[in-house]
Amino acid sequence: MSETSLSITKFSDLANPTRFLALVARILPWMAAFTALCFIVGLYLSFTTEGDYQQGETVRIMYIHVPAAWLSMMGYTIMSLSAIGTLVWRHPLADVSAKAAAPLGAAFTLIALVTGSLWGKPMWGTWWVWDARLTSVFILFLMYLGLIALNRAIDEPSKAARVSAVLILVGFVNIPIIKFSVDWWNTLHQSASVLRLDGPAIDPEFLRPLLVMAVAFTALFFTLHIMAMRNEIWRRRVAAQRRMAARLASREG
Amino acid sequence: MTALLLRDLTLSVRAGGGALIGVLFFLTVVAVIPFGVGPDLALLSRIGPAIVWIGALLAALLGLDRLFQAERDDGSLDLMLMQETPLVLTVLVKCLAHWIATSLPLVIASPLLGLFMNMSETAIGATMLTLLVGSPAITFIGAVGAAVAVALPRGGLLVSILVLPLTIPVLIFGVSATYAAVEGPSPFLPPFLILVALTLFFAVIGPAAAALALRNTSD
Repeated sequence: MSETSLSITKFSDLANPTRFLALVARILPWMAAFTALCFIVGLYLSFTTEGDYQQGETVRIMYIHVPAAWLSMMGYTIMSLSAIGTLVWRHPLADVSAKAAAPLGAAFTLIALVTGSLWGKPMWGTWWVWDARLTSVFILFLMYLGLIALNRAIDEPSKAARVSAVLILVGFVNIPIIKFSVDWWNTLHQSASVLRLDGPAIDPEFLRPLLVMAVAFTALFFTLHIMAMRNEIWRRRVAAQRRMAARLASREG
Repeated sequence: MTALLLRDLTLSVRAGGGALIGVLFFLTVVAVIPFGVGPDLALLSRIGPAIVWIGALLAALLGLDRLFQAERDDGSLDLMLMQETPLVLTVLVKCLAHWIATSLPLVIASPLLGLFMNMSETAIGATMLTLLVGSPAITFIGAVGAAVAVALPRGGLLVSILVLPLTIPVLIFGVSATYAAVEGPSPFLPPFLILVALTLFFAVIGPAAAALALRNTSD
């Protein structure tokens, strides 16, 4: 295994799963440690800073809700980029990446929906409204689940990857709709207040913990994503070796 | 291409009256609604356009899995993949034939259902117009799902789950254009033009993605 420790110079070098696994083994502890550190700082800041004068303590839901909502969109974007990788370059790791990102994206979308609902009850007086932002995120959740189901329905991994890649790319239409839904339709959900051309519209007091939590959640996403990719590669190797063993056994028997 | 269009049309008309079953399903769905919400005519005339649209959407999904399945079964799909004409064009023509055979009857049947729903003349006209313009988009989106389903042993239900979320924008603008025509202070044209744009957009994206999926699912 000595050649696997060669440095990875090009992106295409990662196409070798063994090299990818070696890289993962090296950087995973660091990523996990970084994630934990960010969460410690972020959670400390989230709990010690002032509550909002209007919303009181419930404003702290924002520190989970907003990063989860960002990541629900980022997860789909990663899947779309991987889908391009699958269809255009046939990069062997692209379909592994897309498959690993789907459950993560679905989970973060669910977190965003649930925390939003918990936040909406005291603020808006209702658990759920058919507002443009809420509805489009809910549709995103359904799309994640549909894509997971599609991927599971096809036995052969490479075929499943290519077929889902097409559908992932078509579904990407929804992402700009989610992003701009609050600007296009003026409904209950507030409009964008952090990523704006004229600078963030929220107080630095709230922005600081929010950004730290966003970094923490993003680090968590990538850590889990890489771990899921590693597991998927291992799973495929086990399947391949089982097939080989079965073939050998049938030849002998 | 004209030959393919005519072939698909005759096939779908003769194969057990696919169009008729779609219209029948449409009728049944819409007829069930008053039992659910009660026979209040004022309420029905208010939600009528939405009901007709949802019924048409569900009926359009019904025949989708047949779009490529039969060709796959008798092997002519492989011939289409191999022929000289671009696959995208073939898919586009097949979509058009499918639309004429299954969605156009729905559009024609919609005024009758509008009468059942106690809708006014303007509402009926607007619903019919928006359906005429919007239903091709549903067919084009559905073609992607149908192409994906070819790879699956029994993909019918999964296709509906995958396709329905993507058709929501069409539904939103179709219904809002109808409402704008009937009552609203908001003008009819902006949502209607967005509906047209959606149909044109998916006329480009849908066949291209479906062709890509078909190429990738063929062994």
